[in-house]
Amino acid sequence: MSLDLDISLRQGAFKLQATLASDERVIGLFGPSGAGKSSLLRVIAGLARPDAGHVRINGRDVFDSRHAVNTPTHRRRLGVVFQQPRLFAHLNVTHNLTYGRWFARKRASRARFDHVVEMLDIGALLTRRTAALSGGEAQRVAIGRALLSEPDMLLLDEPLAALDVARRAEVLPYIERLGAETELPIVFVTHQLDELLRLANRYVAAVDDGRVVFAGPTADFLARPELLGDTGYHEAGTLLRARPIAHQAVDGLSVLALGDQRLYVPQLDANNTGDEITVHVRALDVILAREVPADMSALNRLAARITGMTETADGQGVEVRLDVAGQRLDARITRFSAPAMRLAPGDTVTAIIKSLALAEQAWQRLGGL
Amino acid sequence: MLDATQLEVVQLSLKVAGTAVAFSLPLALAVAWFLARSTSRWRMIVDALVHLPLVLPPVVTGYLLLVVLGRRGLIGGWLAEHLGIVFAFHWTGAALAGAIMGFPLMVRPIRLSLEAIDAGSEAAAATLGAAPVMVWLTVTLPLALPGVLAGLVLAFARALGEFGATITFAANIPGETRTLPLAIYSFIQVPGGESQAAQLIVVSIAVSLSALVLAEWVARRIRRRQT
Repeated sequence: MSLDLDISLRQGAFKLQATLASDERVIGLFGPSGAGKSSLLRVIAGLARPDAGHVRINGRDVFDSRHAVNTPTHRRRLGVVFQQPRLFAHLNVTHNLTYGRWFARKRASRARFDHVVEMLDIGALLTRRTAALSGGEAQRVAIGRALLSEPDMLLLDEPLAALDVARRAEVLPYIERLGAETELPIVFVTHQLDELLRLANRYVAAVDDGRVVFAGPTADFLARPELLGDTGYHEAGTLLRARPIAHQAVDGLSVLALGDQRLYVPQLDANNTGDEITVHVRALDVILAREVPADMSALNRLAARITGMTETADGQGVEVRLDVAGQRLDARITRFSAPAMRLAPGDTVTAIIKSLALAEQAWQRLGGL
Repeated sequence: MLDATQLEVVQLSLKVAGTAVAFSLPLALAVAWFLARSTSRWRMIVDALVHLPLVLPPVVTGYLLLVVLGRRGLIGGWLAEHLGIVFAFHWTGAALAGAIMGFPLMVRPIRLSLEAIDAGSEAAAATLGAAPVMVWLTVTLPLALPGVLAGLVLAFARALGEFGATITFAANIPGETRTLPLAIYSFIQVPGGESQAAQLIVVSIAVSLSALVLAEWVARRIRRRQT
């Protein structure tokens, strides 16, 4: 899929001036509340009309102010899942799910319907009235409804934001499955970094104050704490890709292969071995050592080579860029330690990371999402 | 029970009130939609116009109708000459008077139910491929149904009971424009007509109550499906 837009839109005192061009299948739209992410999504969906510019989806102009093109929402063939489920209260779950079929170019088959119902685990809800659904169930039905309209692209507008923590954890895996089990291009809007890293860990467009301030690989984005908002100081770091090779229930650990090195993380839910997963390592959690202490609790000791060093934006620390088995890993250390250890690019060091620091940062990476 | 004259009165009343609500419903939906969703500055003016029959003395409304739609009226003359449509002193005139008097009562609940609909559902329907007309037919209208129903019943009852505007505009012609309230009034005017009036009074109460009960029953069924 490809998304190419350059639009300006004024809403009262707020001005959205966004430029974005990407061929990625999954795009994360990240930014704080009120940054303009949802407005941008509404522009893509045709629910808001820009003052000027163009929006091109898969090479098709759906909006172009110069040529007076403005395809109405119902002909853009985009499935949208909103923050609120927005189910039709006068229809039961089945009729909500099949609503889009009336208008789809190619009607979803019975098998397709069954597949989506199974994927979202909503088979038991089919005859229910929408008022009888929990928030998480309703949102799953909303996802199914969007999928069954056979869209060319799926737009997810903070689909988890209105749910409490437990419901969020319930729905999140289903959204993850969208990436694994469909080929559908997805734009995923969120203001939560953990959601972004988990669901859109390849490509992100960061929006702030009505502008796209970053667009590129999620891993590069994660290395820029100044873009991460309030949590940036703590959350900035790197995404490591590793392959689970063993789950040691006794120790409560899973062992991941990172090249020929080993990474130990608290045990993962699924018992799959082989498929690569993503581990978010915060730069603050990485300790650098010349010599590995003999008797140490931290399990992860990765042989690394320093590839670059820069002072952090606040001047308090030094960002050390490392190469671990061909992958990038960032560590943030004090301005004192760097010269004290006489660290320099090209040096070999050991990066030490506590396994428990990776407790909630190791994600089953399913498919492309 | 009822004699032929009384039966005729009841039949005529149902025809007049039924015609009144049937013809005003589409317009009431359009006006309610406009009032609920428009941001136009004409909204206030339309709102005031719609409510006018509620606050004007019905006789004034009837008189204005006569002036505008009478045989020699501004529009009435043209209508009679070119289209053969006559309102004044005709049962259609009684229906028109009932429709106008019932209009504000029909618009209000429809408007309220339209305002209560989350515009998000309509946007969702559009993203699922529904063109605006389909959104309206498959989402907006079904969700507004309880309000539409309430409006229908109120307007029907109002049309059924319409007196002042009807007698001014359509007169009190037996078999043509003598609806229930006019008939009751007429019976009371003649000595010995009280018992016939009383029978018609019972009929009015029965018809109005049945309409209310029926509407409530349907509304409950709709609500049970939606909540």
